[in-house]
Amino acid sequence: MSTIQLNGAARPLLTGTTLSALVTEVTGRELLPTGQPIDGGRLGVAVARNSGIVPRSQWSRTLLEIHDEIEIVTAVQGG
Amino acid sequence: MTQTLTDNDALLIDGVALGSRLIMGTGGAPSLEGLEAALVASGTELTTVAMRRYAVHGEGNTAGANLFDLLVQNRIRVLPNTAGCFTAREALMTAELGREALETDWVKLEVIADEHTLLPDAVELVEATESLVNRGFKVFAYTNDDPVLALRLEQLGAAVVMPLGAPIGTGLGILNPHNIELIVSRASVPIILDAGIGTASDAALAMELGCDGVLLASAVTRAQDPVRMATAFRHAVIGGRLAAQAGRIPMRTHALASSAMEGRADF
Repeated sequence: MSTIQLNGAARPLLTGTTLSALVTEVTGRELLPTGQPIDGGRLGVAVARNSGIVPRSQWSRTLLEIHDEIEIVTAVQGG
Repeated sequence: MTQTLTDNDALLIDGVALGSRLIMGTGGAPSLEGLEAALVASGTELTTVAMRRYAVHGEGNTAGANLFDLLVQNRIRVLPNTAGCFTAREALMTAELGREALETDWVKLEVIADEHTLLPDAVELVEATESLVNRGFKVFAYTNDDPVLALRLEQLGAAVVMPLGAPIGTGLGILNPHNIELIVSRASVPIILDAGIGTASDAALAMELGCDGVLLASAVTRAQDPVRMATAFRHAVIGGRLAAQAGRIPMRTHALASSAMEGRADF
């Protein structure tokens, strides 16, 4: 089965899935092609693919590939 | 006339005026509700956050997303940190993630040497500061209380230099006030005392030594009554700032009466 690694865990990969679709699936927020949430709020999330940051403006144009290592990070409590 | 304590005395960083010189971090709070109440009580306008994996549905809580929403709602500016990074390379990647996620080029640069002391690794810190400045970040450099290193960080382009009072989370206060005073006296960027603060008098002392602000988290979030402690720090920072500006009396070896000796009644 085709999989990707998402935040360290294996996840099935459906052909043609964009990074934008994955972020929506994980966060529950619909996104504009710019990567901004449709609800007008701020997403507060960054994505790295195979150790390189993918700017939100490129999420909708980025197709996931088999064995991709994706990290989705956000702000948590910290000094 | 009653003086409004914080009027016309904003802390200017990168062209942004912060009304409070107390920067309260979000680390160590047991609940988001408690954290929010403490942040509001502290009066802080800037708070630190760490960058960590988003909790994917069904694999833990989603506190991360909620924290950012909470800060946005309360109009508290976010300062992403690089906590947990041991090398300049890790710090750069974490800083880039923070900039992308939170849409700010401010970063609290923390490069620690080991988990036991959590003390900054000076060599990695210098390298990371230089790289981040070159990439357009406004670097808040968390550093040892070393006057030489502090000046070096400023020369490398750090927007703010943040010497520690004592190791992170110890609550030991300001272990080397002389060094802090020396750092402040030679700096031309804001100096914010970061780490080691235990109680209100530590924060007041930092301001009396001339620091431009104080950053703390555990001292509030791990106090028995965080809201009360946050309130105490809000007052302490204002008190210390006013005292630093007011010009204290010199210390003397012998007593000096404040009541006149002349004109005493004869008994």
